[in-house]
Order: sequence, then structure tokens, then C-alpha cells
Amino acid sequence: MSPEPQKNSIFKVIGASSLGTLIEWYDFYIFGSLATIIGAQLFPADAGASALINTLAIFAAGFIVRPFGALVFGRLGDLIGRKYTFLLTLVLMGGSTFLIGLIPSYSSIGYAAPILVLILRLIQGLALGGEYGGAATYVAEHAPANRRGFFTSWIQTTATGGLFLSLGIIVVTKNLLGAEVFADWGWRVPFLLSILLVGVSIYIRMKMHESPMFTKLKTEGKVSKNPLKESFSHKVNFKMVLLALFGATMGQGVIWYTGQFYAQSFLENTCKLDFNDSRYILLWGIVFATPFFVIFGSWSDKVGRKWIMLTGMLLGIIFYRPIYQVFLDDTDVSKVTQQDILKTDKPEIKQNPVDGTMDLLYTTSTRITLTNGMSYTEVQAATKYESGAPDTLVKTYKDKKLPAPVFWKFVALIFFQILLVTMVYGPIAAFLVELFPTKIRYTSMSLPYHVGNGVFGGLVPFIATLIASFPGSTPLSGLWYPIGIAALSFLIGAIYLSNKKPDHGEASH
Amino acid sequence: MAKPVTKKIFMNGLKKALGLLWIILGPASIIFMFMQAVDKIGLAPDGVAKTNTALQWGIILFIFIPISAGLVIFGWYALKGEYDKLPED
Repeated sequence: MSPEPQKNSIFKVIGASSLGTLIEWYDFYIFGSLATIIGAQLFPADAGASALINTLAIFAAGFIVRPFGALVFGRLGDLIGRKYTFLLTLVLMGGSTFLIGLIPSYSSIGYAAPILVLILRLIQGLALGGEYGGAATYVAEHAPANRRGFFTSWIQTTATGGLFLSLGIIVVTKNLLGAEVFADWGWRVPFLLSILLVGVSIYIRMKMHESPMFTKLKTEGKVSKNPLKESFSHKVNFKMVLLALFGATMGQGVIWYTGQFYAQSFLENTCKLDFNDSRYILLWGIVFATPFFVIFGSWSDKVGRKWIMLTGMLLGIIFYRPIYQVFLDDTDVSKVTQQDILKTDKPEIKQNPVDGTMDLLYTTSTRITLTNGMSYTEVQAATKYESGAPDTLVKTYKDKKLPAPVFWKFVALIFFQILLVTMVYGPIAAFLVELFPTKIRYTSMSLPYHVGNGVFGGLVPFIATLIASFPGSTPLSGLWYPIGIAALSFLIGAIYLSNKKPDHGEASH
Repeated sequence: MAKPVTKKIFMNGLKKALGLLWIILGPASIIFMFMQAVDKIGLAPDGVAKTNTALQWGIILFIFIPISAGLVIFGWYALKGEYDKLPED
């Protein structure tokens, strides 16, 4: 075979695998990107912050079951092959995402709404648990051993690509339909759209062939009889599963989800940035940083995977708090003086009765533009009590729009965080694939990946938001969770991991 | 060649010594989380908020108990010198 057709063939494999994986990530992330709106739809109108936390808990449930999906589908993949297993996960993911788009709201079916979404979210998590390991293994087993980092790094771009696609489709849908229609029913569009994307991907994947290394094992009758037992009851494999989890994927997971998910949630919910601005900042950051997945993946073929991944973790540990402090300082409008104000729009006043009482709530919303170009809405909520108790006044700010220099400064800070993501995530598929022999690879690599990413990483928004809501905490307190986990993983990785490639005594492809 | 051998002996000793730390850290982290759970559930106002807080902490403990058990096993392997020689060495 000439080198050129081989090259074409590997890029076809990467293209077909990556498209399906990208769509699965898209399906998985639209839920998180719409957490605030979905919270308002799924829970009672007066649930407030607890609706957001509960929605994030449902979001987190999808992550928690990913390791179980890894076990179920990883086992299948090692028994019947990679191709059919990750075809099945794609169908499950697409179907459940589509159905989330059809679930009636809390006002129509009460608590059945969050329960049904939770069930579908669990199916999504199981499917994703099976998908990623299959795609990474499939590509790695087609790639030459000395270029696995480069070729698998394309699969690594799909998670960020899926996030980009989800944010992009959400922003476009919202801008086309308008904010009110989007909050009412428009949020369902990105979910329903998934069925088309999945359909295309299934068609492409149907045409793919089984991985050559798995086919060889099958021909030789060396396929594992019980991949779960071989992976987790044989000390020689299980110790590597634990090392991969604590020394690499655990830290990688929190870096990924802090840089790309918590950052956006922090900008929107803590800094109170405008819905679109918080997403545009992330979108630009992703655009600039995504090529680095391939750069670091390729570089890891030359210098080894270990220190690239660990450097990414270390930089996160050092820089997260200063970066988020800048986000807070640059969006703080509580100390604005009259001299700073360029323009104040006419206030909008609404009067509403407080549920179940004769008390009245007056809400005054005023759009303010500052001389530096920043604008925001100041909301004063005054409650007038029927009982004659003293009135209460609460002042909050929302929909902050940043002046151009600050906007691009935030893009640079998000870019830096995603750059760290590319350092820890670009080489990790090759690292995991190389850690385990072919016959139990799908099972063995999927579990530490999904515990690290799904549990440690996926819980970043939930646990960080929870910590930040504790009495006496500051808005930055939530960062101690990713910083602590990354520090532990860095220490274990630095001491226990080797920078060399393991040799399982198999012929390289 | 004495230097690499000395380094190897030092690293293996460090790996084993830290094994003990991981064995202690596993249950210690669960005890810490359990104490946090009791504290935060106690602070939550009665009603739905208390149920929600209990549910959230229940989820966290349910997930992290098996992971902490994994950390203990990892520490045990490290203490026994299982990581002194990896497949790639």
C-alpha cells in the first residue's frame, strides 16, 4: 500500500469518528449551556437559586453515570468490536437528546418534568460513557504507534468542538427567536436539532470498518472472554487503571471543566454578564485555542505525554484564582460614582403582589451606560409590607455588557484557560490507549477517563457553585475544588507516572 | 551510573512513603465530606431547602466513597512497591 492512500484512509477514519463524537458532546453540553433557562422550565417559579442548583445536579447526574456507561459499552466494545458499540451509543445519545426537547414544563406536568429529564440525562451519560473510549481506541488502533498523539488529538478537539457547536447554535437560535420566545419554547430547538446531526453521523459510521488491531485479535481468537474481570481483577491492569485516574484524568477533568464550563457559568451567574457576551467570550477563546489540541498532541509524540499534561495542571493551580479575581474586579459596578455614568435610561417600574400575601413588590430596572463603554441594568426590588413592617430594598445588577478592551481581555483569559485544557487533554487519549493492551483497552481506558472527566470534572460547576453558596464563602471559594483536585493529581502524576510509552508486547500498527 | 540508581532508589522510597499518605487521605476525605454534609444540612432552612441540601450531599458522598476506596487501594499498591516498576520501564 502506498503511503498516500494510507494517509487518506486514516483521515477518513478520524473524520468519521470525530463527527459522531463531536455530535455526542454537542448533545451532552446543550443541557449545561442552558442550565438557567431549563431550571426555570423544570422547577417551580419561586425556586430561585435552588432551581439552578437542582438543574446543575441533573446535569451532573449525566456525568456521574458516565463511568457505568464506560463499563457497559467498554465491555461490549472489547467483546463484539469498536464499530458497532459506538454506533449504538450514538443512537442512544441522539434519541434521548431529542426527547429532552419534547418534555413538557413544570407548569404542565409538575415534578414529572424534572424526573423525565433526569432519566433521559442518565441515558445520555451512559451513551457518552461508551462513545469516547470507542472513538479514541478506534482512531489509535488505525494510527502508526509513533504518531498516536497527533492522530488521536483530532478526537480530543471534538469535546471542545461540541461545546462550541452547542454555544453557537444556542446563541443563533436565541438571536433569531428573541429572548422571550427562546426562554418560553425556543430552548427546545437545539435539542430537537440533534436528531438531524445524529442521523448524518450514523449514516457515515455505518460505512466504517472495524479497527485493524481488533480484527487481528478476533481472527487469532484472542479476544477477551471477560474484559471487566481482566481489567479490574488482575492487579497488573487494575493498578494502571488507578494510576491513570489519580495521576492524570482526575486533574485533567477539573482543568477541562473549569476552563470551559465553570468559566462561562461564573461570567454569567456570578459576574452577571449579558447572556450573549458570556458565550461570545467563550466562543472566541475556543476558536483561538482549539488548534493547540493538535499541536500538543503531536508534540507529545516527540517529548512524551507526561510533562505536557502535568504542566497544564500546574499552570491551572497557580493562575485560576488571579484570573477569576480579574473577572470579578472588571465587572464590579457597585462602586460606580455619578462621574462614571454617561447615560441613564428611563427606569421601568413593575408592581407585583408577593405570592400568598398582601405585600407588594416594586421592581425598578434602569439601564446605565458608563463613560468607559460598559453598560448594565440596575434592578432595585422594594418590598412594601402590608403589616407595616419597614420596607426592604435589594439592589442587584444584571445583563452587563463589557467595553471592547475588557471584552478582549476576558477572551485572552479564557483562551489561556483553554490553552491549559489543550495541554492536559490533547495528549491524554494516546496516553490512555497506550497504557492498556488491545484486548481490554476499550474497557480499561474508558473507566478512568470517565471517572476523571465525568465525576471529578463534570461536578466542577455543581460543587464549585455549592461551595460558593456556603455561609462566609466568597465568589472565588468554589475554585478551591478544582485547584485542590488538580494539585493532588499533579503530585501523583509527577511521582508515579512514567514519560515513556509502555510496551505490551503487541506488534504496532 | 551511580546517580540514576540513587535517584531510582529515592523515587521508589518516596512512592512507598506517599502510599501511606494516600491510604490515610481516602477515609480522611470521606470523614471531612461527611462532617461538611451534617453541618450544611443542619444550616439549611426546614422544608424543600433541607431536602435539596440533603439530596445534594447524599449524591456527593455516594460518588466519592468508592473513589476514596480506590485511593486507599492505590496507596496500598504504592506501599507494596507495585509502582516501582511500570510496564514502560
